[in-house]
Amino acid sequence: MTDVTQTTAPDRPSALREFWYYFRENRGAVFGLWIFGLFLLVAAFAPILAPYDATEQFRDYTLLPPAWQEGGSWAFPLGTDPLGRDMLSRLIEGARFSFFVGVVVVTIATTGGIIIGLIAGFAPRWLDTIIMRIMDIVLAFPSLLLALVLVAILGPSLTNAMIAIAIVLQPHYVRLTRASVMSERQKDYVTSAKVAGARLPRLMFKTVLPNCLAPIIVQAALSFSTAILDAAALGFLGMGAQPPTPEWGTMLAEAREFILRAWWVVTWPGVAILITVLAINLMGDGLRDALDPKLKRS
Amino acid sequence: MLKFLLSRLLTFVPTFIGVTLISFAFIRVLPGDPIIVMAGERGMTDERYAELTAQYGFDKPMTVQFWDYLTGVLQGDLGQSFVTKRPVWDEFFSLFPATLELSVCAMIFAVGLGLPAGVIAAVNRGKLFDRTLMSAALVGYSMPIFWWALLLIIVFSGQLQWTPVSGRIDLIYYFSDATGFMLIDSIRSGQDGALWSAIRHLILPTIVLGTIPLAVIARQTRSAMLEVLGEDYIRTARAKGLSPLRINSVHALRNALIPVVTVIGLSVGTLLAGAILTETIFSWPGIGKWMVDSIFRRDYPVVQGGLLLIAVMVMIVNLTVDVLYGIINPKIRKR
Repeated sequence: MTDVTQTTAPDRPSALREFWYYFRENRGAVFGLWIFGLFLLVAAFAPILAPYDATEQFRDYTLLPPAWQEGGSWAFPLGTDPLGRDMLSRLIEGARFSFFVGVVVVTIATTGGIIIGLIAGFAPRWLDTIIMRIMDIVLAFPSLLLALVLVAILGPSLTNAMIAIAIVLQPHYVRLTRASVMSERQKDYVTSAKVAGARLPRLMFKTVLPNCLAPIIVQAALSFSTAILDAAALGFLGMGAQPPTPEWGTMLAEAREFILRAWWVVTWPGVAILITVLAINLMGDGLRDALDPKLKRS
Repeated sequence: MLKFLLSRLLTFVPTFIGVTLISFAFIRVLPGDPIIVMAGERGMTDERYAELTAQYGFDKPMTVQFWDYLTGVLQGDLGQSFVTKRPVWDEFFSLFPATLELSVCAMIFAVGLGLPAGVIAAVNRGKLFDRTLMSAALVGYSMPIFWWALLLIIVFSGQLQWTPVSGRIDLIYYFSDATGFMLIDSIRSGQDGALWSAIRHLILPTIVLGTIPLAVIARQTRSAMLEVLGEDYIRTARAKGLSPLRINSVHALRNALIPVVTVIGLSVGTLLAGAILTETIFSWPGIGKWMVDSIFRRDYPVVQGGLLLIAVMVMIVNLTVDVLYGIINPKIRKR
């Protein structure tokens, strides 16, 4: 028996390679990954890539159409907004905000959600019930409405919008983690770890958690896009980032009164949001295919 | 069955109390004194301040305040709007039909297109139609709907001049809102062109609000159909020589519908969140716009009451879906 395991062990591909093998099969996901990579590069090198400062106003060139339209200029390839700011520079700078929102929200929501979920999964029944009821209560409110009200309490700003969105997204992670913990806890390896004398924190974080991560990773990818969308929606309603911040949703809100006169001020920020969210969702689908063992084997 | 029903109802009670607690806490954790906010710019005398504090019960202990609030809520007393001085309950129910009308139309749009699209995609799995449709569904699913609304306004209201930009009906029509549903009221009024006007106002908001549910339903229907089409009884039906149309529509779709119906039922929360954005953009006088306006006007009793009513509504719908699901699918009851 030991012989068999020794001879087969080296042949097993590493987890990462196995993941990549399955991820690559989904062409949409790979495409999404490329776009997301591009988005990361733009966010990282925004100051170098942007032709102008995002808040610099060229008063002689307000509402200039994109370069290929009549009256446009290649000095401002995507046109200018009502205050004469370069659209392209603002969009590039906006990528940083969206990326920042995604990272912060997902980090807060996953960390909190995983810890609470682990506690609920390992806790005695009464504590578990209390935690899950609280999560049910949060889930009873439509997410955007709850986020709006939380921002109204905390005051409108991008930071508060991120906190609100993270709170709203958290229950999903709690439920997901708890469900995985519940099914893992019954398994023999956990019992053997317990018998070997592992204490509760070790059981929670080192024994069980790594085996619950797959669905959480998928959820994290998907809520990255939800976070960007919700932050943009809050910005659009005037409850997120405040002008003159070049956040994409805030840009849309500022451009609203010009929609029938200048299509470009409304179109570009939305295109930027859509492409980013779409790329992340494509990637998320691929992640699910690659990480979900049930789908993989069939 | 009764036990299942009771257990579901029992979980409803603590959640309801929790939701009430959150909406109760809302007005009390806000920065600033709500009484001062109510006074606005004019300010008020110390006696008036004390009188109002006593009237709203802010001088009592928190637990007493919560008990008063909870018993008030159960008797339908949600307080009064600071701005209009009307009871929150009345305001909610006079605006609710507008949101319901829009949501129902959006759902009809989403189900009417999404269900057939998902079925056709599943039957033609891997073909061009399937791939195009699923790509379109993913785009729809990723759509920032507030931007989508603006784009549709640019094209259909700006360029083509087909649809109006905002409101529920042209101002030249005037009639009392007997039911609150513009489509019904405009027919009842008997005025020429009123119905057509109401329909034209509904088109863009319906499309905007229905887009994400449409994408979700199409994707869900496709995957549920694919699962069912692989079952043995479908092979049996094929072997019996039944026509593909009959197999797909009767044998497969009926079984694939269960998860789809659940998704439809559970999307009420999403729909209400979408209504906030859609109504704000199209100046649609419904619950979503009312909430956003109240948040900006700092009309706290309205925000508090609206929050509670919306949450309770979502909870009731979820509970109903849950119970119906248990009736359709007995396996669920065992959990």
